Amino acid sequence: MTPTELARGFTQESFEAFLADRQEPDWSIARRREAWSRFCDTPLPDRSLEEWMRTDIRGFKLEQYTLPSSHGEAASCRSPGSLLREAVEVSAATTTIDSQHGELLIDPKLAAQGVLFGSLDRLLAEHGDLLRPYLFAAVDGQADKFAALHAACWSGGTLLYVPRGVVVEHPIHMLSVLSPRGVDLGHALIVLGEGAEATVLAETASIEASAAGLHCGAVELHVASRARLRYVNLQNWGTGVWHFAHQRALVGQDATLQWTIGALGSRLAKVNQHVALVGRGADAQVNGVMFTEGKQHLSYHTLQHHQASQCTSDLLYKGALQDQSRLVWRGMIKVDHDAQQTDGYQRDDNLILSDKARADSIPGLEIEADDVKCSHGATAGRVDEDQIFYACCRGLTRKEATRMIVAGFFQQVFDRITIESVRVALGEAIGRRVREYH
Amino acid sequence: MSETLSIVDLHVSVGEKPILKGVCMTVRRGEIHALMGPNGSGKSTLGFAIMGHPGYRVTQGRVDLDGHDVLAMAPHERARAGVFLAFQRPVSIPGVKMADFLRHAATNVRRPERKEGEELLPMRQFRKELNEKMQQLKIDPEFARRYVNEGFSGGEMKRAEILQMAMLRPRFAILDETDSGLDVDAVRLASQSIAEIGGEEMGILIITHHEQLLEHNKPHFTHVMLGGRIVETGGPELAMELHKRGYDRIRAAHPEAAADEDALESMAAGSKN
Ligand SMILES: Nc1ncnc2c1ncn2[C@@H]1O[C@H](COP(=O)(O)OP(=O)(O)O)[C@@H](O)[C@H]1O
Ligand SMILES: [Mg+2]
Repeated sequence: MTPTELARGFTQESFEAFLADRQEPDWSIARRREAWSRFCDTPLPDRSLEEWMRTDIRGFKLEQYTLPSSHGEAASCRSPGSLLREAVEVSAATTTIDSQHGELLIDPKLAAQGVLFGSLDRLLAEHGDLLRPYLFAAVDGQADKFAALHAACWSGGTLLYVPRGVVVEHPIHMLSVLSPRGVDLGHALIVLGEGAEATVLAETASIEASAAGLHCGAVELHVASRARLRYVNLQNWGTGVWHFAHQRALVGQDATLQWTIGALGSRLAKVNQHVALVGRGADAQVNGVMFTEGKQHLSYHTLQHHQASQCTSDLLYKGALQDQSRLVWRGMIKVDHDAQQTDGYQRDDNLILSDKARADSIPGLEIEADDVKCSHGATAGRVDEDQIFYACCRGLTRKEATRMIVAGFFQQVFDRITIESVRVALGEAIGRRVREYH
Repeated sequence: MSETLSIVDLHVSVGEKPILKGVCMTVRRGEIHALMGPNGSGKSTLGFAIMGHPGYRVTQGRVDLDGHDVLAMAPHERARAGVFLAFQRPVSIPGVKMADFLRHAATNVRRPERKEGEELLPMRQFRKELNEKMQQLKIDPEFARRYVNEGFSGGEMKRAEILQMAMLRPRFAILDETDSGLDVDAVRLASQSIAEIGGEEMGILIITHHEQLLEHNKPHFTHVMLGGRIVETGGPELAMELHKRGYDRIRAAHPEAAADEDALESMAAGSKN
């Protein structure tokens, strides 16, 4: 495909215009050009590729979307409410609309400690040298056409940089909003220096529940030695949104990452969630809570990559599906030759609430070290009729019983998420959606 | 017709297989009935049919509660109308805490008109009551935080069933082998508790193979089930007799039902293969 055949919005001309507007270091512009040519040379993925075999994007029309700089008025839209921020004291918060920054709030104490937070656009212009080793060091901007599009055209985006030893007391909240037919090419870059600690609540939403939209994003989590990061990502895009994301964490020596994904929204999601344990003794816990309905199709590809010795990784995904929705989980634990004494686990459980819903779980292990403990598990099943009957015999309606059983199904993940507001928000959002089936 | 649970000519099938073949029984509030019979005779089926288990199809007959048609009600409506079944094999519900489950259950049963989402019993009042009941039944308070029947021992499950009955205060209760899996002391405690909860307040149908549970709950009537029928009804002495001597006399006296029982058993054995 040549650039001129490409979409209205993603043409060579619009790309050049976009670059001319950018105020950022030359090295970043050069990288964008490289990614752009990769984007132009790469076809949209199709089902002949193993990774896309179960995910059909023939309905996706890139030409219906445009580069974000071409409609900058979005930031004036009224944003939908946040699910995670209720009753939570935050250290900092920001909202983007179509990846352009609106309001920004930061505790002055944090700024004084050297914490950087806010628009990645702006902070990259100001702190280019500081950020250069991190930006696109975790995610691969060449991975596929969407990764390349993102690497070439990312804009807005959010940076959190916590210097060595700084402990951020309260959660940091990031809300990304899409307007109808909007495009979000936001990049989340989180950098925790040695021994730093933070909790990030990242959340997405759409202004209109079923309007079309495109999110083509990336998340990079850099967790240095002994740092502790809790990262929550509640994906609640509207049901017309195409959601493509490459997300990767690098976890250093004796560092801890707890990464929780809550996935409720989008029309179609194709997310790569990778964790690389790069320092000895690193620990990663990955949690997933998925609830799908209608014709939603959510596809998560996870990788727990053990590159150093004595690391632990523990992944637990739980999904519930109703209507004709579909969930795909493809998980891999990869243990490098030198990653001895690895302890890796992955598990995916699905609860199928209707006849037409379908879940695919494909766990995998790729182990090159010899002294490791790795295992996986996957289950899929219907809500147990005996459980429903038992609860009905205690006066619960069938619907109430179903809701309670579904909530119980997720409880095992909620037990691991120690952030009350996240548990409550996810629990309530899911509870509201559960319908009655016979 | 007030204050009775009456079962008239009840026929129940599982799939295409007839299990109950015309069961009649009337339980008045304040009465204790014992239901005995060999394994596979249909005792649990009667309990499930009364509660409306979707797998147990009533093909003939009626069940009335104070003159109202129970069979027309959904299972949760039967529970809210005051009918309770202590399961022979309670079902575990992972991730759902006993206390949450019971709070929903107790609220629904005490306020039968409650719609989902409407207020539950006040937390404090409920907690207090639950703690008292658990103490009476010598149940560890930790129980309330455990998931419903998840990882419970046989005895814990049975005690949890009695606890639920105590919280729901039904008008009619069917206790399906609530004594099995309990040791002698636990059965005695269960027996006392049932008597305390029940008394004049409840009509109770006790399904049991043993006499201990009946120690504090002397049955006004004893029914013997064989091959899906009630073949004899007597007083407390009948329960004693069956406990001492088994079912040989009954089988000999009711050859037709005994033959049905054999047929059911061989079908059950066949379906297990
Ligand atoms: N869900 C079921 N599926 C198939 N057969 C059943 C089912 N429930 C009961 N039965 C059959 O019905 C008969 C009576 O069973 P049950 O009511 O459990 O007897 P009891 O409680 O007296 O031991 C048995 O032959 C049993 O195999
Ligand atoms: Mg039985």
